[in-house]
Amino acid sequence: MSERFYGVRHHGPGSARAVVRELAAQQPDVLLVEGPPEADELVRWVAGSGLEPPVALLGYAAEDPGRAAFWPFAVFSPEWQAIRWAVANEVPVRFFDLPYAFRVGGSGPGGRAAPGVPDGALDSTGPGAGAVPEETVESGSGPPVGTSDADAGRHRPVDPIGELATAAGYDDPERWWEDVVEHRGVPVFDAIAEAMTAIREGAPEEPDDLLREAYMRSVLREVRRRHENIAVVCGAWHVPALTRKVPVRDDTALLKGRRKGKVVFTWVPWTYGRLASWSGYGAGVSSPGWYHHLFTSTDSVVPRWLVDAAGVLRAEGVPTSSAHVIEATRLAEALATLRGRPLAGLAEVTEAAEAVMCDGEPLRTALINRRLVVGERLGAVPDEMPAVPLARDLAARQRTVRLKPEATGRRLDLDLRKDNDLRRSRLLHQLRTLDVPWGEPAAGRRGTGTFREEWTLRWQPEFAVRLVEGSMWGTTVAGAATARVVRRARTARVLAEVTTLLETCLLADLPEAYPEVLAALDTRAALDADVHHLMAALPALARTLRYGDVRRTDLAGLATVTASLLKRICAGLPSAAGSLSDDAAKRLRDGVDGVHQATGLLADPKLRELWLVTIESLARRPDLHGLPAGRLTRLLLDAGRLDAAEVRRRLRLPLTVGTPPAHAAAWVEGFLAGGGLLLVHDDALLALVDEWLADVPAAAFDDVLPLLRRTFGTFDAGERRAIGERVAGPRPGAAQSGAGTVDHERAVSVLPVLSALLGREIRIREDA
Amino acid sequence: MTALRPHAEDQFADELAQLAAADDRPRPPGWRLSPQAVVTYLLGDGAKVTPKYVGPRRLIEVAVSTLATDRALLLLGVPGTAKTWVSEHLAAAVSGDSTLLVQGTAGTAEEAIRYGWNYARLLAEGPTDAALVPSPIMRAMRTGSIARLEELTRVPSDVQDALITILSEKTLPVPELNTEVQAERGFNLIATANDRDRGVNELSSALRRRFNTVVLPVPASAEDEVEIVARRVAQLGRSLELPEVPAALEEIRRVVTIFRELRSGITEDGRTRLKSPTGTLSAAEAISVITNGMALAAHFGDGTLHPGDVAAGIVGAVIKDPVSDAVVWREYLETVVRERPGWLDFYRAARDV
Repeated sequence: MSERFYGVRHHGPGSARAVVRELAAQQPDVLLVEGPPEADELVRWVAGSGLEPPVALLGYAAEDPGRAAFWPFAVFSPEWQAIRWAVANEVPVRFFDLPYAFRVGGSGPGGRAAPGVPDGALDSTGPGAGAVPEETVESGSGPPVGTSDADAGRHRPVDPIGELATAAGYDDPERWWEDVVEHRGVPVFDAIAEAMTAIREGAPEEPDDLLREAYMRSVLREVRRRHENIAVVCGAWHVPALTRKVPVRDDTALLKGRRKGKVVFTWVPWTYGRLASWSGYGAGVSSPGWYHHLFTSTDSVVPRWLVDAAGVLRAEGVPTSSAHVIEATRLAEALATLRGRPLAGLAEVTEAAEAVMCDGEPLRTALINRRLVVGERLGAVPDEMPAVPLARDLAARQRTVRLKPEATGRRLDLDLRKDNDLRRSRLLHQLRTLDVPWGEPAAGRRGTGTFREEWTLRWQPEFAVRLVEGSMWGTTVAGAATARVVRRARTARVLAEVTTLLETCLLADLPEAYPEVLAALDTRAALDADVHHLMAALPALARTLRYGDVRRTDLAGLATVTASLLKRICAGLPSAAGSLSDDAAKRLRDGVDGVHQATGLLADPKLRELWLVTIESLARRPDLHGLPAGRLTRLLLDAGRLDAAEVRRRLRLPLTVGTPPAHAAAWVEGFLAGGGLLLVHDDALLALVDEWLADVPAAAFDDVLPLLRRTFGTFDAGERRAIGERVAGPRPGAAQSGAGTVDHERAVSVLPVLSALLGREIRIREDA
Repeated sequence: MTALRPHAEDQFADELAQLAAADDRPRPPGWRLSPQAVVTYLLGDGAKVTPKYVGPRRLIEVAVSTLATDRALLLLGVPGTAKTWVSEHLAAAVSGDSTLLVQGTAGTAEEAIRYGWNYARLLAEGPTDAALVPSPIMRAMRTGSIARLEELTRVPSDVQDALITILSEKTLPVPELNTEVQAERGFNLIATANDRDRGVNELSSALRRRFNTVVLPVPASAEDEVEIVARRVAQLGRSLELPEVPAALEEIRRVVTIFRELRSGITEDGRTRLKSPTGTLSAAEAISVITNGMALAAHFGDGTLHPGDVAAGIVGAVIKDPVSDAVVWREYLETVVRERPGWLDFYRAARDV
């Protein structure tokens, strides 16, 4: 009986090459591959040309697509190569890892299953979003990537072959494999198995591993009954456990009582970028492009790589000659010699390219890294592939909120105080972030603090395609929207963009994206040197903070960011207020007005104090443009920081000889702006202006008049008259005399018209 | 020794001798040490050999490999990232002589790079070997050692071009005498250039092609930077014979923290983004702020370093542009310094400056 175990390094091109070579020599009857057995059916797709790596197996719970996991394969993955070989040679292939159904089943470690929690979806945003490191790193076709099922900490080496390489003083496990394994021609897999046995003896066992290996062994026993010549491709870590003699009953005991959920599997396209970001933990594939190169080029690895690098630079218009490539190759080799390595590896070629071709420009290095080291290869799946979970999740959500997709447009009125309407609104907002504008908010009646929303709904067929595209962001609508918003927040350039996203977060209820967006907001605010941008952003934040709870959103964190934004404004405002043109002054005035209002909304006495102190010192500056200066004085007056006498003094100043008329005019305009209506109703203000005007000496009055006219001329005629009447008429408090005289004859003349309008006869009471 | 600052090869003669004695690896022609030993000399071995440069090993390895493959080396970086320091020590370790130096300025003439003439002799004897005044680079070619060119991008472009033949054909023709000077093996050139000067006298692509570029970064971690500053402050204090002031590690850490945070535009805890001032705030500046503070404390203070002694120096280093940097600094003071526990003294001192 021939039975061979190929312990591989997931995504290791060296392992891939060796596995294919060994398989061709062994010619097994059956091939067992570490991977979810539910995907056995999908193996047949590998034969067709439609499936192009990098691709991933996507598995998700049928009733809850939010629980999903990916098993990515690249062309240099040993598992992929083994399956390819088997399919080409008509050898049956079986995946023999623990079924994903067990994990979904709910018992055991996979307990985190609150419906709607987008764990799988979130995980697909990249590492760190709840993914367990070892799961992520051993991402090959071993355990699922991205499920948060095993919450256990990291106990065992994440990349056992990497450990061996480190022990041997190598930073790149692939190079160690090349040097130690490939070049020496030792019986590779036996040696690896031996080494793993040694490592495993000293390492703590992971309960999850034990479970998986128990299942693997039971499959192996079953296969042995029917086949003689078996080949097993699995992570090197598992080899000792599979070859060990373990009683059947131990394994069945471990596996007993596990519930199985219903899961669905499909192939989805993958990218090298995702492959790299999945395993951002040091082991695995941080450089898929380099591995691809190692796997596909048979000779002159270093020169070919550097020629490619030169090509990348040339494509961007950087002159890179063959001489550069020659020198870079020499440097890479010299570096390898200096470091005592038989061949230049990724570190050496990268450093050589950096020193010779990039002229110390970090952008060029980053370019090579992105295009070449990581690579931009995108996989493809045949069109006949079954539906994506995102679409299923949407269908489920549509049922819950009772909204049917209809191609004909219709209006929808939502009252956010009702639970179902709130859910509908959130769903529509989430879809909009995924470029699926099923609902368009009706223009017009939108404002924060309202609880009504109007939408126009229209389902368009191409939305289905967008959902497929969107499924790279996640498997649930909420999860994908979160990932999308986070991504956009990270790449946003302007402050306003992030403020909008923040609003989106609240509208679409994406609490998970919220901290990220806040952080981005903080970053943008800190880096934005233009205090006007900051001032423009503040009012919206203050409004959200004040009225946001209509949507029952959690606003923790926003307060801190808003406060720091205000502090930055206070620090930057004084220097932004010098030497302003008229337009800039107007902008500043508007900005200051907005911020002043916002500080009122924030209801934080400390912040308000800070703001008032800032504008107090600003208002005193003699070089300040008249418009904001007048405005600030007015704000301070309203806030009770200046008494009437001081304001009168300041009012008088612009009208003295030392002030140019334009400045004076602007000052008065700034001070009185806000419409004449205010003057009509604010007695104190009116009295102040009145007294001040009365104070103006007769000789100077002619000079002051045009300045006043300039401001008062902008008021409505009605307002002007009302002001005049207030000034001319009796002061408030005095009895309204003279209002009683009515010309009876003239009053009576309108009565017939009124009667016609009201439809009933009106007459004057005789006793009047 | 009365020199204010001895050359590297004199100051560290013991270490160089030790390394040479223990060095059994092959040395490139003309080298005093093997490449591995040169790397050890610069980075230290943790025992006898002190580290001269604290930073990524790979950078020094690339630099030494570059010299070993007889490509010229261009050290690039913002001011104060130890470019000159590294080039001096590389030259001292490779050829035992760091004095073959051309300082690049806007007024550097071609004679400084090629050769000049002793005009009295030229008039008396006509062009002869004796009338020729070799430049440091020419001398380095003759002796097969490392020449250094400081601030390459300050040198006018037409003068820079004089280097092309030297670097590609390793020869310097002297048409007046109808001869040439061919570089001995071991000759090479280390140039330094300032990142902030980009565009002043940009290297032509022909010249650029002859250099391998190594960018020296600002120190990666706060601990590294504190170590660099503390060590240099101690060395400088000794050679300037300042009265002994215990360099309070706390103050060094504070200066380094402030510089790092402002430079990188983010607080060390990664929570708050900051604006960066126009100055470079390099480790070298941190060193001078501390040294200055120590001199203040020793001569005018009570002999211990207080926040007030460094505050003025820090403000001076940060505010290079009186308008924009002042905003940056004020924002930093109010949003970060004020709220940081234990920094109140410094906050007050800095506000009063």
